[in-house]
Formats: sequence, structure tokens, C-alpha cells
Amino acid sequence: MLIRGVLMHHLVKDLLAGNRRAAARLITLIENDDEEKRSLLKEIYPHTGKAFIIGITGAPGAGKSSLVDRLLQQIRAEGLTAGIIAVDPTSPFSGGAILGDRIRMQDHALDAGVFIRSMGTRGSLGGLSRSTREAIQVLDAFGKDIVIVETVGVGQSEVDIVKTADSTVVILTPAGGDSVQTIKAGIMEIADVFVINKADLPGAERTATEINMMLDMNGEKPWRPPVLPTVSIKGDGVDKLWEALQEHRTFLEDSGKLLDVRRQRVRRELTEQVEYLVKTRIWDEVRDTIELDSLVEKISKRQQDPYSAAGELLAKINFYKGDHGEGG
Amino acid sequence: MDVKAKKIRVLVAKPGLDGHDRGARVVARALRDAGMEVIYTGLHQTPEQVAETALQEDVDVVGLSILSGAHMTLAPKIRHLLNEKDMKDVLFLVGGIIPEEDAEKLIAAGTADQIFTPGDPLDKIIDYINAKFASAE
Ligand SMILES: Nc1nc2c(ncn2[C@@H]2O[C@H](COP(=O)(O)OP(=O)(O)OP(=O)(O)O)[C@@H](O)[C@H]2O)c(=O)[nH]1
Ligand SMILES: [Mg+2]
Repeated sequence: MLIRGVLMHHLVKDLLAGNRRAAARLITLIENDDEEKRSLLKEIYPHTGKAFIIGITGAPGAGKSSLVDRLLQQIRAEGLTAGIIAVDPTSPFSGGAILGDRIRMQDHALDAGVFIRSMGTRGSLGGLSRSTREAIQVLDAFGKDIVIVETVGVGQSEVDIVKTADSTVVILTPAGGDSVQTIKAGIMEIADVFVINKADLPGAERTATEINMMLDMNGEKPWRPPVLPTVSIKGDGVDKLWEALQEHRTFLEDSGKLLDVRRQRVRRELTEQVEYLVKTRIWDEVRDTIELDSLVEKISKRQQDPYSAAGELLAKINFYKGDHGEGG
Repeated sequence: MDVKAKKIRVLVAKPGLDGHDRGARVVARALRDAGMEVIYTGLHQTPEQVAETALQEDVDVVGLSILSGAHMTLAPKIRHLLNEKDMKDVLFLVGGIIPEEDAEKLIAAGTADQIFTPGDPLDKIIDYINAKFASAE
């Protein structure tokens, strides 16, 4: 199929050859739930698993994008390449979004070693977009050494990002009233590195001290998250942050934790895929063979209960009917 | 809201030297409220930055806001770069203080698909984009 001058079945080959247009098109197709999505992802998967994934989270306006911009300078100076996925909220009312994280990163727009993609959450509540994980896979297969994900920074962003990233950076600010009492529950547990950004503003040291105290109360842990002050608009402290991220990566690798984390991720992916397939299979069958409407009627009239009806329904389904249109 | 629906992605870009982006921001918000995903990149973008951003973000629409009077050089340059990147079918809109004869030239030359000026109601832009994608589907 020809989409905008790009042959669909060449897309993955082009991606692997380093074609930026192919990377961009693939992310769109995946994000739009194109019918080819799963077969494209199948083709991409064998080429993933090489990139190191860094998550950046923190309240709106904490300085996530400006910090990513500065981190990019460090990463590029080391001769590494990077892919960025910057997530902004989709309006629940209009379904539209303003994706503005790029504003702070445009100095890297023409760098062939950097690929930046903005995504709207599109109904996902966890601080990432519905397709962030797949977009990471695209950039991973594309050959980027580091993939950075900037979360939305509201809601439960922390929940999703830890499952997705190898290292998670939590950004706090002195001005944000992010003193210990107001820190969102769960934040202390998810950070591999704490950043106190806007350290040029008063109160930064106090915030850092408070976080350090809380971390020390947690007792001995194999990894003690460092608490680092930065001024991301000037770049101060970003070298220390990059060092800390590398130390964390070394810790993950040496302790075998990286394999653990990634194995857990694979387990989750597999479970999700099995559930997806089972669900699709069931509803295909139900649509084809079983009178759902008549069951609804019966249950509504209290001639049957939904519990036994569901059991009967499942008993009629043949799960072993050959391949389920999942060829790639 | 249908989360599965394909969204129209629009790059709102401010190329060149003029330092006002209030208009661009108003347009960006209106397009968001019309259900589109709007990538906004801030002031002082070079034509190369605009074209490369359009590529990486895989947008359906590029909308330039130009108040500096440099539209006759900036718009063709960006169109050319987009074409070079195989993005010939991107809908290309130019907004700003653009005299009618320039607007006619830009459209006749195949540079811009449509021109909007500050007097145009926001709905006109939204309707124009929506109509283009409704018929393309
Ligand atoms: N004083 C000071 N201001 C900063 C610093 N870092 C960022 N800012 C300002 O904070 C604002 C938000 O910065 P961004 O980098 O866009 O923050 P963000 O967390 O990405 O914001 P969202 O993506 O909208 O949640 C901007 O106006 C920056 O100029 C800093 O270190 N010091
Ligand atoms: Mg941001």
C-alpha cells in the first residue's frame, strides 16, 4: 500500500536503514491504530532492546523540556544519539492538544543524531500516551542509543513511566511548593535520580535537604537516589545529572537488575498481548455465532444471571481454530 | 471523545525574525479546540527547522505565521524544503499580513494551498482544514 509516497512494507526496512521519514510515518500509523500496526510492530521487535530508556517526570512547568534540551547536549557531546518522546495532555473535551515541549528543544531540530516526536495522551491517564511504548520501540529499532520520554507531569504519570523507563528522573522545584508535605504519594519510590531544578530560586537547598532526609529514613537500599540541583535554563548541574544517570545504568547492569526490569517488561507485554488476542477472539466468535442480544434480554428479565450466562458463552467458544489472522 | 480516531496534526510555525507570536498562539488554541493536535515550536524558526520538524512530527498541515513581510522569500523556501523531503502533499497554509497580490502569487505558484489574513475568523481556518481532510478520507 502506498501512503504519502511511502510503501508500507518498505517502512520497517527504511527505518532500519536510518530513514527519518519512515520513523515518523511508523509512529503515526501505530498511534492511529492502523490495521497494519501489529504486523509492523512484529517486524520492528527483533531490532529493539538496545536503547537505554530514560523517563523524565515532574509537575507541569518544573523544567522537564529545558532539562531534556540540556541533556541532549551532553549526550551528543559523548557521541551518542538520542530519540525523544515528549508527551502533552490531550484535551478531554475537544480531543485536541497543544504539543509545546519542542519549543525548548528546537536547537536540536537539525541534528541528524536527534529525533524528537511530540505525542498527545489521547485518553490515556497514566502520564504517557497510549502509544508511547510502541513509539519507543520504533526509536530503539531506529538505532538511537538513548530514548528519553518526557511525561505529562499530571495525574499518575509516575505509575506508567517506571514501567517503561530503565531510569526515572523526578524533577522537583523549590518554587512549586514541592516541600516534603506536598510531594505526591509514590514519588519517593519511583525516582532513581532526583533533580531539584530552578536551583537559582530561593528554597532549593531546603527542598534538597528535605528529600535527602526522607531518603535516609528509608534505610539501606541497593541504590540510593542522588538529589541533584540544576538550573536547566543555564545548563548548570546537567553534567552531574548525566553522570548520575550513567552510574545508575552501571548499577542496573552490574547488579543484574536491568535484566530483571526488562524481563518484567517483556512479561507485561506478553500478558497484554495474550489478553488482547483472547479478547479479540472471544468477541469475534460472539459476534459470529452467539446470540448476545437474546442473552441480554433473558438477563434483563431475570430469567438468567450474567455470571452463569458468561460461563455458558465461554464454553461455546472454540479457542483452537488455527491461526487467528495474526500473520505478519 | 473518540480516542481511536485519527487526529489531524498541524505544525504552527513562526519562521523569520518577527517577535510576536500572540496570533500564532491564538490559532494554535483554536485548532486544539477543534480537536486537532497542534505542534508549536516557538519564535525565530529557520526554514530548515520548520521543514525538519514537519517531517519528524509527520504533520498533515503546516501553517506559517509571518508578520515580518518576508513571506515571499520564507514561504517558497519552506515549500521547497518540504517537497525535497517528500512531503509534497502536506497542506501548506500561510497566515499574516499578506497583500492580496502576494497571496495570489503564492497560490498560483503552488507554494501555498491557502492564505489567511488577520481579519479572517478562526472558524474559516478550521473549516478549511476540516473540509480538506473530510474529502481526502
Ligand atoms: N528560574 C528558572 N526557570 C526555569 C528553569 N528551568 C526552566 N525554567 C522555566 O520554567 C518554565 C517551564 O519550563 P519547561 O522546560 O517548559 O518545563 P516543563 O516541565 O517541560 O513544562 P510542561 O511540559 O509544560 O509541563 C519556562 O518558563 C522555563 O524558562 C530554571 O532552572 N530556573
Ligand atoms: Mg515540557
